Amino acid sequence: MSARYGIVIDLDRCTGCGACMIACAAENNVPPAREQATSRTGLTPMLVHKISNGLKGAAEREAFIPVTCMQCGKETPCVSVCPQQAVEVDETTGIVMQMPQRCLGCRYCMAACPYHARYFNWWDPSWPAGMEKSLNPGVSVRMRGVVEKCNLCHARLHSAKEKAAAAGKKEINSADCIPACAEACPTGAILFGNLADENDPVSRAAQSPDAFRLLARLGTEPKVYYKSGQAWVRAMGERNSSPAPEVAHV
Amino acid sequence: MSELILLDRRWIARDAERSSTARFMLWLFPWVVLFVFGIYAAGLCFYYGLNQTNMDNRFAFGMWIYLDLAMIAMGAGAFFTGFLVYILKQTELKPILNSAVVLGLICYSGAVAVLMVDVGQPLRAWFTFWHPNTHSMLTEVTFCISCYLLVLILEYIPVLLRNRQLRKVPSFLVFELQLHKLVPVLAAVGTFLSFFHQGSLGGLYGVLRGRPFAFREGFAIWPSTFFLFILSAIAVGPSFLMLVTAAAETVTGRQLIQNAVFRKLGFISGVLLGLYVGAKAIDTLIWLNFTSPAVGFAPWDFYAYKPFGSALLFVEIVPLGLLPAVVLTLPMMAKKRSWLLFGATLACGGVLLNRFLLTVQTLALPTLAFDDFLQYIPSWQEVATFGGVIAYGVILYSLSYRYLPLFGQSKGEDSNVSMG
Repeated sequence: MSARYGIVIDLDRCTGCGACMIACAAENNVPPAREQATSRTGLTPMLVHKISNGLKGAAEREAFIPVTCMQCGKETPCVSVCPQQAVEVDETTGIVMQMPQRCLGCRYCMAACPYHARYFNWWDPSWPAGMEKSLNPGVSVRMRGVVEKCNLCHARLHSAKEKAAAAGKKEINSADCIPACAEACPTGAILFGNLADENDPVSRAAQSPDAFRLLARLGTEPKVYYKSGQAWVRAMGERNSSPAPEVAHV
Repeated sequence: MSELILLDRRWIARDAERSSTARFMLWLFPWVVLFVFGIYAAGLCFYYGLNQTNMDNRFAFGMWIYLDLAMIAMGAGAFFTGFLVYILKQTELKPILNSAVVLGLICYSGAVAVLMVDVGQPLRAWFTFWHPNTHSMLTEVTFCISCYLLVLILEYIPVLLRNRQLRKVPSFLVFELQLHKLVPVLAAVGTFLSFFHQGSLGGLYGVLRGRPFAFREGFAIWPSTFFLFILSAIAVGPSFLMLVTAAAETVTGRQLIQNAVFRKLGFISGVLLGLYVGAKAIDTLIWLNFTSPAVGFAPWDFYAYKPFGSALLFVEIVPLGLLPAVVLTLPMMAKKRSWLLFGATLACGGVLLNRFLLTVQTLALPTLAFDDFLQYIPSWQEVATFGGVIAYGVILYSLSYRYLPLFGQSKGEDSNVSMG
């Protein structure tokens, strides 16, 4: 049976500490940012945005929204545009896969992504002397001139498949391939699991009345859900005519 | 120096009158400097990577993509003139055909050259042919532009082989004769390919579901921008041809094309522009009232960020669309070359603005509720690289004008002008 892996992020629990961003970078061999890099040229497959309700004084409220690849399940914007099939949806997991080895670096997928969750390698990857020893041997380092994004820690999925095969099982246990961000979150705000399994906690969380998705009306069926008990935070799901709230990147 | 002058004179057609070698060198000099500087800037991008540009993860497309779209629209005069002459038998346009081919070659080869600098891994360009994604508009663009560039080169060769020195080689004469027989076929193939890639360039944006400013519904697999790009390109191609010819006339101090040819080009451009403006207005209304609200985007949100106000939409449709359409088609205005050139300038300006808005405004506008509106200013390397392409165009056109029969003055053709 095909799985549909996704995550649910409880925004009321998110403190904006950025542990998910650090864990993601360490797990996926994201090189340290160059001195010249800016918030718009860095590699942040997981990026935490700070938002505000736009009010002042005692009425002001703030929250944090970690944004990553939404693993769109329908009309996936980046898949159909790639001229050389460097992006595809894995039908067995629902994960949108990026193949940097085949990427031309045309960045059409980046223009197509409404979530700005795709990143271009503007520089050659490099690490300070000695730090290369800490690289994850299960993840390829991406070269300059190609696009990358979150693949829900694909190396962990491989390990889970190997573990399942060794145990003689065909199905993997989603608990064996929890992405680094979910694992690192100190408040347990990020929940990973199989959305196709109605007994999976992530599936139940996604059905919560407090759950929402970003730009759901585009019809791309994101597999990343958010949860919040605050109406103004849930209103962040869709863009409307109201002024954009103040935002800062952690 | 005298040897150089002798060599230069030997390659110029016997009956053609051209400026002195020294004057020609002086004209070329600044363009050669700009070209070399452009090569240097592009070299920096190849060596150090695209961090030399001011593009970023949000502004993934920048000046180069915009100018590529603009150049390819302007270069549409090549295929469309070929289509008018060989398919629709509008033979009075024949004197301008060679010039149109050279312009097309410059625009398309320049665009491909810039694209090669623009992609992160240019050595993987062949992957698109090996692993094509048939659903991608960019695949269609890549295939059609590559094939059409080949067609343009084949169309340019007969022009090239009419050079005085090259005509002395008997095998070249035979080759030219054989190739000449193929020209109508090449014109038909070129028309087919060009229709598709002009459309696909529009489709490139129209299919972006995630960018509601650009996304459009359409027919079958093609969004409406597919058809609008074809129409706008064939409308503006003849106008651009007029402007370049007028510029060449100013630089050379000679009348190269009869007014009747200008009027014909202007009329075709004006009628098509009128059709385009009508189609664009209908498309905009559908988009504002149905397409955009259906995906949760209020249309006025797109125009809330300066300098991209709704005034630009008005400028694109009325002063740079409707007005030139009227100027180019009204007989009393089309009589005067100055009005024709004024109309052609506005028409080109309108299409340039359209390509600019579709590229830059699409990426600048926020999509998420907590997004920022972005700004982007190209780096000097981006500007210089493109300056190099412009210089390449001027150099190639100048050399072609000097040594080749660009305006149908060779024997056996209905010459309208005296090149001497």
